[in-house]
Amino acid sequence: MNLKNLNRSTKSNIITFGIVIGFYLLIQILSAAGMVTNSFAGQLVPICAYVVMAVSLNLTVGMLGELSLGHAGFMSVGAFAGTLVWVTLYDTAFPKPAALLLAFVVGGVVAGIFGFLVGIPVLRLSGDYLAIVTLAFGEIVKNFMNACNLGIDSKGLHFSLKDTASLNLDADGKVLINGAMGITGIKKASTFTIGIVLVIITLAVIINLVNSRAGRAITSIRDNEIAARSVGIPITKYKLMAFVTSAVFAGMAGVLYSLNYSSLVAKKFDYNTSILILVFVVLGGIGNLRGSVIAATVLTVLPELLRSMNDYRMLIYAIVLIVVMIFNQSPQMIAMRKRLTARFRKDAAGKAPKKNKKEAA
Amino acid sequence: MKKLVSSVLAASMVLSLAACGSSASSAAESTAASSEASSTAATAEAGEGSGTYTGTPIKIGGIGPITGGAAVYGQAVKNAEELAVKEINAANGSDVFEWKFEDDEHDAEKSVNAYNTLKDWGLQILAGPVTTTPSLAVAAETANDNMFMMTPSASAVDVINTGDNVFQICFTDPNQGVASADYIADNQLATKVGIIYDSSDAYSRGIHDKFQAEAAEKGLEIVADEAFTADNKSDLSTQVAKCQEAGADLVFLPIYYQEASQILIVANKTGYTPTFFGCDGMDGILAIEGFDTSLAEGLMLLTPFAADAQDEKTQAFVTAYVDAYGDTPNQFAADAYDVIYAIYEAVLAGNINGDMDASEICEVLKTQFTSMSFDGLTGEGMTWDASGAVSKSPKAVVIKDGAYAAM
Amino acid sequence: MQFFSYLINGISLGSVYALIALGYTMVYGIAKMLNFAHGDVIMIGSYVVFFAFGSAGLNPVLAIVLSMIVCTVLGVVVERVAYRPLREAPSLAVLITAIGVSYLLQQVAQLSWSSNPKSFTSVVSGMQPVSLFGGQLTISAETIVTIIACVVIMIVLMWFVNYTPAGHAMLAVSEDRGAAQLMGVNVNGTISLTFAIGSALAAVAGALLCSSYPTLQPTTGAMPGIKAFVAAVFGGIGSIPGAFVGGILLGIIENLSKAYISTQLSDAIVFLVLVVVLIVKPTGLLGKKVNVKV
Repeated sequence: MNLKNLNRSTKSNIITFGIVIGFYLLIQILSAAGMVTNSFAGQLVPICAYVVMAVSLNLTVGMLGELSLGHAGFMSVGAFAGTLVWVTLYDTAFPKPAALLLAFVVGGVVAGIFGFLVGIPVLRLSGDYLAIVTLAFGEIVKNFMNACNLGIDSKGLHFSLKDTASLNLDADGKVLINGAMGITGIKKASTFTIGIVLVIITLAVIINLVNSRAGRAITSIRDNEIAARSVGIPITKYKLMAFVTSAVFAGMAGVLYSLNYSSLVAKKFDYNTSILILVFVVLGGIGNLRGSVIAATVLTVLPELLRSMNDYRMLIYAIVLIVVMIFNQSPQMIAMRKRLTARFRKDAAGKAPKKNKKEAA
Repeated sequence: MKKLVSSVLAASMVLSLAACGSSASSAAESTAASSEASSTAATAEAGEGSGTYTGTPIKIGGIGPITGGAAVYGQAVKNAEELAVKEINAANGSDVFEWKFEDDEHDAEKSVNAYNTLKDWGLQILAGPVTTTPSLAVAAETANDNMFMMTPSASAVDVINTGDNVFQICFTDPNQGVASADYIADNQLATKVGIIYDSSDAYSRGIHDKFQAEAAEKGLEIVADEAFTADNKSDLSTQVAKCQEAGADLVFLPIYYQEASQILIVANKTGYTPTFFGCDGMDGILAIEGFDTSLAEGLMLLTPFAADAQDEKTQAFVTAYVDAYGDTPNQFAADAYDVIYAIYEAVLAGNINGDMDASEICEVLKTQFTSMSFDGLTGEGMTWDASGAVSKSPKAVVIKDGAYAAM
Repeated sequence: MQFFSYLINGISLGSVYALIALGYTMVYGIAKMLNFAHGDVIMIGSYVVFFAFGSAGLNPVLAIVLSMIVCTVLGVVVERVAYRPLREAPSLAVLITAIGVSYLLQQVAQLSWSSNPKSFTSVVSGMQPVSLFGGQLTISAETIVTIIACVVIMIVLMWFVNYTPAGHAMLAVSEDRGAAQLMGVNVNGTISLTFAIGSALAAVAGALLCSSYPTLQPTTGAMPGIKAFVAAVFGGIGSIPGAFVGGILLGIIENLSKAYISTQLSDAIVFLVLVVVLIVKPTGLLGKKVNVKV
């Protein structure tokens, strides 16, 4: 295949997949050579989960152009649903790989259903008001899961919003979700390979969606909703499609994340996590999927690299965040960068022009 | 009047601090001076002080939240561990322990990252994590690696149930809940009991659930059972009002001292004066800067540690801690200090050397801990069973004239 | 009677939310940005009052004035350094920067004053609570002072915005930044002024927040900040009376659901009510309806 004949977006997508697969192969080689530290090896699965989260949020924020402050809520419902499936099936004769697959599917579907429910107010709201509704959704999920008690015994499932004592379980009963303590005793199942597979699936689906007819409809809604409506694009359908797809992958990322640890608590998926994901998207470039992948990876590893700074770690992280935002997004800075790169290009004239990273619109 | 009382109390506290400060600041100086002149305090802490360690330093690490909302607990543990390690190394003449502490922001993911970072550093014994949720996640990892782990303060039973390598030095939650209910019932402190607890916190919930069950068995009537969460804890007036309305003559507070101080202030404003009864998380309430300690008058708590206890060990520890970090240590600090000394004793008794690998050390420590008896700040004659749970008896104290008094 | 006592608790909490929400809504209405660091400016203000009044024994009014000065300087500096370079950037970029500032302030507070909680001495501790119906109902001095402060500030702000030249400049910037600039309005100056006012309000809010709910930690401002933001949206963000109404209603809903439904789920209920209100009335209770034209 001649690379020159490919159109720009296809080429860009190939680069994106190349980065992901290259990263995977590099890690495999390095770990075979024993050169990956425990610290980095332990972060691989969360990195994959955050990449999936960032890419899926980018669909809502970048393509649909709606601000969502509750993406962790979808991760939470997906994580709880998928983990429940995994925990209940683990001790049965059900084959493990099938149980794992089922956990991911259930996590995605449940999160998708919630995405649909949250998507309904989206049809009436926009801008900051929508952001608030998504924030509210995340907080409702967190508070509800924190108060949620679920147990199982021979009579079936028991549920209470008060405490485990009011579940009235039989002696043989087992508490599945113990309020704020969440689900404990999860057998770890997530691996880096599963994580990378999920990243690739997510990227493939979302890139396909973006480049399809539906994707063009979605971006047209972002650019001008009234104009889109006037040419007959069914706004409701496409907005919901974007929202639900985004939620499904967030739910799967939740399953990937929760099955990497022995316990799962609702507190993890709070407003701060939603914000963290949003930071990945904005830093990577709104609407730029490859940027999301890179930003999520770098910003997950960064606080760990700063560990030697001890008490000043989070202070430096905050400063880096502000400085990078200003450097990346400020119009003056962008103009200055352009001048610098223009000069650089002049110097490097004759070489093949490298495609510039897409600027956030 | 209240102001007068509190200022007198404050003055007397300052005086008493100054008094013990003069006697033990010398102890701290000599600690810094190290070697033979090792402080009397340090040797006293080391228990029997059986023999000197000569091998390669053992790498011991701690994990806890030193940034974020739970930072106050992690910071206390970090300080106390550092203090204990310094004392031990100084008393020994050469380094027994090499120590490092990593932040986990009270988050399971970050805690596992911290543990992995410590492993890269060469961790041989883990003295942490501090809080329950991260401990659950890290315990699963240490069980996998067969790394000895002793948590100073993660009190849920699930933590030690994760593996036989995981030990606790704090009471388990059920233990505290049951002991509190028994104490209230046996001493007939009240018949109508109200509870205010933090339902979003594993520690508070754990105690609450067992207290509830035990109270029912002991015939205590729970008239109000109110919760709050980390998000709505700034306003606790409604929870207090509900206890008052239900006529509770004792309010059980299985929560940490910050929220408890708020409840005491609210109750004082509305003129509600039941007996308040807390657990080990309550320790520290007298040390809150700006808190009117007269409000805590009559507050009862079951705690393994009281910073103003008069015994030599506690005094020496508190003075050294205040000198080094400027704050009065709380129960987290005391537990962490005991963790390091308990491990030190086990290391000496088991002839552990820094050249052994983590798994070998773990096996020796497991047998040592299940057979030894340790005298620390938080209890005399502590023993551990095979599950990793500690056996020590909580002391019931009451706050009288702005200080703890035994009951 | 018990109901009224819960209601008063609710109004007490609501008035604090309202006070914080006024700051949010001012900044949003004029600079069109969600200043997520507002809660943390409140926290800084509270620490200043804590040290000036609680520790150094300064007169409470002077302590609050000092805190207002510190917060105003802080607000203006933050605006100048972190927000102004991003004025023309997408609004999301400013949002993330504001979150960065929020983390930064929390970390600075933790490093300077440690994470140990401080118990805040009420700035109105000299005043007696009001007793109604023979002592069956008590309204604390904090509540009364907070409500009065809230109403006074609301009226002053409305007067300022509607009847002074600087206020008119704010309205113009809020309406159309570009056109305002062409008409000779100093846009940067006006936005700086808005931040100065918002931050000074944060200082007052901080002192009163911590007087009612006395635990002071580096994270103290975070949750009330979010709740107040919700209150501002609830009432219609950008609307000054809306922030007041939204704050009070939010406090009442939160406390009544604690009293009669569930103490654990009160936040979930608050947010659920918010969602319902926004679905019925998409720009909040008192928000302006905006018609978008092509």
